[in-house]
Amino acid sequence: MQRVLIIGATSAIAEAVARIYAKRGARLFLWGRSSSKLQAMADDLGVRGAVAVGHASLDVNEIQEHASMLDRAWNELGGIDVLLIAHGTLPDQHQCEIAVDIALREFATNATSTIALLTLAAQRMEQAGKGSIAVISSVAGDRGRANNYLYGSAKAAVTTFLSGLRQRLSHHGVNVLTIKPGFVDTPMTRDFKKGALWAKPSAVASGIVNALDKRLSSVYLPWFWQGIMIIIRSIPESIFKRLRL
Amino acid sequence: MRRVGRSWGRYPVTTEQVVTLLDRHAPLPQPDHGFALPIGNARSYGDSCLNDGGTLYAIRGLDRFIAFDPTTGILTCEAGVLFSDILDLVVPQGWFLPVTPGTRFITVGGAIANDVHGKNHHRAGTFGHHVLAFELLRTDGSRIRCSPDEQSDWFSATIGGLGLTGVITWATIALRRIASPWMSAESHRFANLDTFFELSQASNQDYEYTVSWIDCAAQGNALGRGLFSRANHAPNPSDAPASPPRQRIGVPVTPPLSLINPYSLRIFNWLYYHRQRKSVRHDTVHYQPFFYPLDGISDWNRIYGPKGFVQYQCVVPPTAAETTMRELVRTIGNEGGGSFLAVLKQFGAKPSCGLLSFPREGTTLALDFPLGDQRTLPLLDRLDAIVADVGGAVYPAKDARMSGPSFRKYYPSWEAFSRFIDPGLSSSFWRRVTE
Repeated sequence: MQRVLIIGATSAIAEAVARIYAKRGARLFLWGRSSSKLQAMADDLGVRGAVAVGHASLDVNEIQEHASMLDRAWNELGGIDVLLIAHGTLPDQHQCEIAVDIALREFATNATSTIALLTLAAQRMEQAGKGSIAVISSVAGDRGRANNYLYGSAKAAVTTFLSGLRQRLSHHGVNVLTIKPGFVDTPMTRDFKKGALWAKPSAVASGIVNALDKRLSSVYLPWFWQGIMIIIRSIPESIFKRLRL
Repeated sequence: MRRVGRSWGRYPVTTEQVVTLLDRHAPLPQPDHGFALPIGNARSYGDSCLNDGGTLYAIRGLDRFIAFDPTTGILTCEAGVLFSDILDLVVPQGWFLPVTPGTRFITVGGAIANDVHGKNHHRAGTFGHHVLAFELLRTDGSRIRCSPDEQSDWFSATIGGLGLTGVITWATIALRRIASPWMSAESHRFANLDTFFELSQASNQDYEYTVSWIDCAAQGNALGRGLFSRANHAPNPSDAPASPPRQRIGVPVTPPLSLINPYSLRIFNWLYYHRQRKSVRHDTVHYQPFFYPLDGISDWNRIYGPKGFVQYQCVVPPTAAETTMRELVRTIGNEGGGSFLAVLKQFGAKPSCGLLSFPREGTTLALDFPLGDQRTLPLLDRLDAIVADVGGAVYPAKDARMSGPSFRKYYPSWEAFSRFIDPGLSSSFWRRVTE
């Protein structure tokens, strides 16, 4: 039986991942902001087959609370096999250009809080000597673009941090998975016009669980984003700066 | 998000602002554009799930289970849960939907709002008969808990209420026990309408599910010939094949013209009728192909081309059934119209619990008509006249064209019903038949 801790659990992708683990009969602990949503989700996962579902409501930006919250999750589950960090926001890039406090707050939510959580969780996982850490980064972290580089740079920080953490923990039996979704049709992207490149949260979720099962290091979801990002990364900066992507 | 709306019939085409509901405890967002209408999985055929120029509250975001007791088969879930999700959960635990239409890709909320029926109507009545309770969220923020015993007037207005009385946030339903996912089915070839009625009478007692397909292109002595299917849940799983059939094909694009025309129709129907060589065939089949043959073909509605199609489903009372059905089938056949999906079934006597429920005692006929054919709409008006004459009714969930006077004749309770309409809600259908 797998013991799964999900941070940012009420996000659409995280909820879809939780349903897959629930069907497998996992024990879950959910961490999110809205306790009424967490309760609704916990009831649902119970019906779907989860053996036990605990939850706690907390904002990830309250960094001083992280240690006690992680202790609580570790104690309730009796250890963690899978940690999924899925919280995030999609900042308004224009707002981030005109207000420093908004830019830094968005960076904190999408990068600093994740780094703080990973630092504490890595200590516990390293000690246990097993398990997996999976973090939802983004294709946006592969290269900064004019229309979302605050978000992109936060995800780039997360991706690079994970790369180093993976090297460190690989000697201790802990796998670190970087998840890079492309466009996903979720409440976070509800105002976007959807086209053929858009994926459903349930499809991305089964890709995540599959990558976790196989203990992969990094995965683009859906898979075709790997090809798209190879091309985008290979464009010289002198040309890239003139493009509107 | 603004979107171009289409229902399953791909007609009419409308524009709405879509707001996805995600939290059943949250109040409804104020619509930016006119009236709002809750929408499930948009499998209604016509405009009852559309709201041109207004807002749609998409309830598919409310897709959580709340409680399930595998000892009693009582299930509580949010209204956006699909029948397919319920089946995936409960069939392995020995339970089945109490009533299901011919697609499993509908929401619980939509099933209540249209008081859907299935092949077991003569035994089980409509879906509404198996709803134990639900919550109605009104646009003024009030919440009404409804059941047959509490707020029963709201209960019966909302069942079959076309989503107009409020947003259903969750519902409790009673499931039906099964011993296996398999069906023990028989298919009887019948030569004409008289034989259909004989077979149907003889089967309704011993078979939980009955339905028949008819060849609407056959005329004369063969008028109303077809295949009569009757089935029960298989009592014993041991003689069944090992795994369910996994077929999923699709119609990837909309062809420029409807593939359904009088020639293709005649050929298809002839082949389908003669495909079964013996007059009776016995099979043990998985529930999926039995109940949901078309769910295996995604986007099958595209075969009718860019102009889409309308479905016509009517019911006529028992006393007039045989003569009226003959008249309807003859009228359709004379036009060379009709579809490869003509379905005939006898409804049982159990009165529906909704004020606007469609099912009532008698015989029901359902067919598709391509809208690319300009004879379609005048033909349907003629069918309406025949149905109205004998005191029958036409199904709003499948309709995109019936006239206001016809609707009000079919549904005399519409005025009593309209007192329960949420002042913030409306639909393209409702405006069309009442204004």
